[in-house]
Amino acid sequence: MDRIPILKLGHSLLVTIQVDMHDRLAMALEEDLTQKIVSSGAKGVLIDISALEIVDSFIGRTLANIAGVSRMLDADTVVVGMRPAVAITLVELGLSLPGVRTALNAERGMALISRRVAEADRDGAADAPDVHGDE
Amino acid sequence: MSTVTSEVLAIRTGDDVVRVRQGVRTAASKAGLSLVDQTKIITAASELARNTLDYGGGGTARIELVQEPMRRGVRIIFEDQGPGIPDVEQALSDGFTTGRGLGLGLGGSKRLCNEFRIETEAGKGTRVTIARWR
Ligand SMILES: Nc1ncnc2c1ncn2[C@@H]1O[C@H](COP(=O)(O)OP(=O)(O)OP(=O)(O)O)[C@@H](O)[C@H]1O
Ligand SMILES: [Mg+2]
Repeated sequence: MDRIPILKLGHSLLVTIQVDMHDRLAMALEEDLTQKIVSSGAKGVLIDISALEIVDSFIGRTLANIAGVSRMLDADTVVVGMRPAVAITLVELGLSLPGVRTALNAERGMALISRRVAEADRDGAADAPDVHGDE
Repeated sequence: MSTVTSEVLAIRTGDDVVRVRQGVRTAASKAGLSLVDQTKIITAASELARNTLDYGGGGTARIELVQEPMRRGVRIIFEDQGPGIPDVEQALSDGFTTGRGLGLGLGGSKRLCNEFRIETEAGKGTRVTIARWR
């Protein structure tokens, strides 16, 4: 079965959805991403949907699941590049994509993730002395 | 002069759902629907094709390109010989599902179309007709 490629760039995983996904392909992406987040220790997942002409309830649910799972694995998901017609349609369909962070384009999405990674680093540095103190 | 060009697609697998989306996209752009209206009818068709597959046990989608003097647009008729929908009112309400979905497909599709009709009979099957006009 074909699969959607996942690229690693720094602290992030990048996915560009370029095909009209059938349901199994969407489910495979969710599984693959989950494994890759764990194996790579990625802090962010950027999903570019600018090539998608539609997002229906199944694809929407898949995106929401990915965001939920990645949050539990300490990574942030940002969905970028949603077409205006898709956004209008999703709202009318009644799908608000709860918990899914969006950005207008890949650049802004990466900026969101970098900020998150920087915060995590800073918090990590602040925590470090405490950790030592406990030892 | 009015013409109706139609094509019937089988819905048996997830790939067929993608094929229905593509068929509707072609018809909607030939009908001259705006980009937003094309997106709406394709999305509604995707929801209904999946319902036909998941709950109706498979069936067909008849995609019609309607070019009448007073209106142009796309009509799609989904048909299956599945169990039927016992309570249509309930099935249409957002959030109602007997599966693992969000229960948005039927109600959402209705909002996305200009015409929406469900005919269903217990044990016989379901027919859902939708249309979007220019
Ligand atoms: N063709 C059909 N045959 C029999 N029952 C159907 C059919 N289509 C829909 N239903 C019933 O209506 C319910 C609501 O359908 P709807 O598409 O709104 O939600 P869903 O498919 O459960 O979830 P979602 O579409 O959000 O993924 C379904 O759960 C199912 O019980
Ligand atoms: Mg449905």
